Amino acid sequence: MSAAEITALPAARSAVVYNDAVVKKFVIASVFWAVVAFLVGVFIAAELAWPQLNFWPPYLNFGRIRPVHTSAAIFAFGGSALLGTSFHVVQRTCRARLFGGEALADFVFWGYQLFIVMAALSYVLGFSKSREYSEPEWHLILWLVIVWVAYLTIFVGTLVKREEPHIYVANWFYLSFILTIAMLVIVNNLAIPVSVFGAKSYSLFSGAQDALVQWWYGHNAVGFFLTAGFLGMMYYFIPKAANRPIYSYRLSIVHFWSLIFIYIWAGPHHLHWTALPDWTQTVGMAFSVMLWMPSWGGMINGLMTLSGAWDKLRTDPGLRFSVTAVGFYGMSTFEGPVMSVRTVNALSHYTDWGIGHVHSGSLGWVAFITFGAIYYLVPALWQRKGLYSTRLAAWHYWIATLGIVLYITSMWVAGIMEGLMWRAYDAQGFLQYSFIDSINAVHPLYVVRWLGGMFFLTGMLMMVYNLFMTVRSPSTATRPAEAIEIPAIVGVAGE
Amino acid sequence: MFIRHETLEKNAFYLLVAALVTVAIGGLVEIVPQFFIENTIEKVKGVRPYSPLELAGRNIYIREGCYLCHSQQIRALRDEVERYGHYSLAAESMYDHPFQWGSKRIGPDLARVGGKYSNDWHYAHLRNPQSVVPESLMPRYAFLEETPLSYERIAEDLRTNRAVGVPYTDEDIANARADLEAQADANANHDALLKRYPKAVIVPAIGHTITEMDALIAYLQVLGTMVNFADTSEEQLQR
Repeated sequence: MSAAEITALPAARSAVVYNDAVVKKFVIASVFWAVVAFLVGVFIAAELAWPQLNFWPPYLNFGRIRPVHTSAAIFAFGGSALLGTSFHVVQRTCRARLFGGEALADFVFWGYQLFIVMAALSYVLGFSKSREYSEPEWHLILWLVIVWVAYLTIFVGTLVKREEPHIYVANWFYLSFILTIAMLVIVNNLAIPVSVFGAKSYSLFSGAQDALVQWWYGHNAVGFFLTAGFLGMMYYFIPKAANRPIYSYRLSIVHFWSLIFIYIWAGPHHLHWTALPDWTQTVGMAFSVMLWMPSWGGMINGLMTLSGAWDKLRTDPGLRFSVTAVGFYGMSTFEGPVMSVRTVNALSHYTDWGIGHVHSGSLGWVAFITFGAIYYLVPALWQRKGLYSTRLAAWHYWIATLGIVLYITSMWVAGIMEGLMWRAYDAQGFLQYSFIDSINAVHPLYVVRWLGGMFFLTGMLMMVYNLFMTVRSPSTATRPAEAIEIPAIVGVAGE
Repeated sequence: MFIRHETLEKNAFYLLVAALVTVAIGGLVEIVPQFFIENTIEKVKGVRPYSPLELAGRNIYIREGCYLCHSQQIRALRDEVERYGHYSLAAESMYDHPFQWGSKRIGPDLARVGGKYSNDWHYAHLRNPQSVVPESLMPRYAFLEETPLSYERIAEDLRTNRAVGVPYTDEDIANARADLEAQADANANHDALLKRYPKAVIVPAIGHTITEMDALIAYLQVLGTMVNFADTSEEQLQR
């Protein structure tokens, strides 16, 4: 069903009192963790430019805090945004208060935050499974699974008790994200602990099979956490902010099923030319190239939703973030299939090109679509007339965009240079460069990358100030908050 | 035959099941056969479980996040083989729980670093990498030399590895502690150790307790040395 139908809901129905308290908590957490993630990111980028910064071994050594950066960015910032917005969206598109009551929702919030804090502490203190983007040891994963089951229960429970006949497309994406992450986390973490009293465990799988399981997880953490979940965000917040229906309902269906079916196959492209059997590499490559189509289908659906509302980009910096995010999504999902071709991968793998690719996705797509949603949500949830300063939000937009451009271009150049130097031969047929030559060559680009990160962090701090002042500005509520909750949302969003 | 999308769209349970089936297929088709197709792992001689000291060192490698900058997977590409040695075999990591292939090289590949440098070089390098490679980006790991290795329960680690499929024998487990101490002692009798773990490199921790750095170096020194490629036929490498 399209957003237009939602917009056209009869006003006569009785108002549902939504659980906005938990959404507010997640929004605050997401903003907080964004600052942490970007700050740690800037620091480890500086460590790579100036290795003297590894000055407090072992705690601040690159190897221990790099997982703090990735976990804070993906699971703390991105995760809090996903859980918060999914609770917001599922309530409004179902016209139902969250299933399970306030206590269960609060358990999910605090349980998830506890997981994040414990995970970050554990890396710094020297506990890691060494599985990328899934480093926490078994006892923390067990806790996460409990929290996740509670989350799934709330989400599905709310879908079941909905008043709307149809389940809105954003919820399909959120649901597939919750389900698939559960499947991936459980399988990728199968391990036997050395002792129930200790953190150490040994993976159930080994070598080539273990590598495949990990990258099946790793690629689909991108596919379902960082893509499907945030597409749910796109399918709700872009139509809302633009006040237009989704461009094509049929395209949504094709987009959804083809995306979730094809994504899961793409993991082996992380293991080209390795000891993983060739047939698996080839299957992974083929599906990665196919993945281009559903990705762009989604991009088109998001962008075309703006038809007739493009002028809003001039006045609404939040929407500008969301739309630029979809643009970056299109770019990253074209770059990905290119890099997954074995011949290209021979050059790009193990280099900074991969880092650049990840960040065009995570900064350009994930962070921008989240910024767009949060700039929309904060005035709506706190019942304020609008943002404290759209001008400041516009500054945030430009400084963050400049930061991304610096980041990804420097990493493209660094990555391609590394790849070419590693395979360069001199006239006598010997390898032309030693490994350390490539490290020296990329130093200036590492400085540029750090600068790009600083820009992005600066923009984030502007956002924090802007949101803080927005919340401090006078409320538009004329009655006690609880009673007016629904009308206020209707007023802002035109529901 | 054709399911109307409306059916899925109006029932949360149908939608959930349909989505779960859709996302399960790819993984099942790609992962499950790895365990049943016989030639996933080459049949080569020489690959053995890690000695207790190497295993302890490997756990330090994992703990410090070394895999974030160092791959352990030489791809079947001409320049990689010339730079690092024979391309990596699946068999060479078949006892690696978890694998350490890595994904990014901020430092060189370590799949065949074993025997490439002396123990002394490794001690100097880990203490202060810039002292031997001035332009290196690697952090200092001098603290490993000041941290005594905790190995009282090393037999438990071997036992857990056996539970996930590493063929440690009862004898290996019973002698785990003795083997670990012998590998770190130049004056000990190494016959039993080397019989159980051929090519294990002795890391002499003379006059001090065994440190985490000793263990890590024992691990680094065995990497990529187990298979003797001179004795390995092309047929054995075919898959």
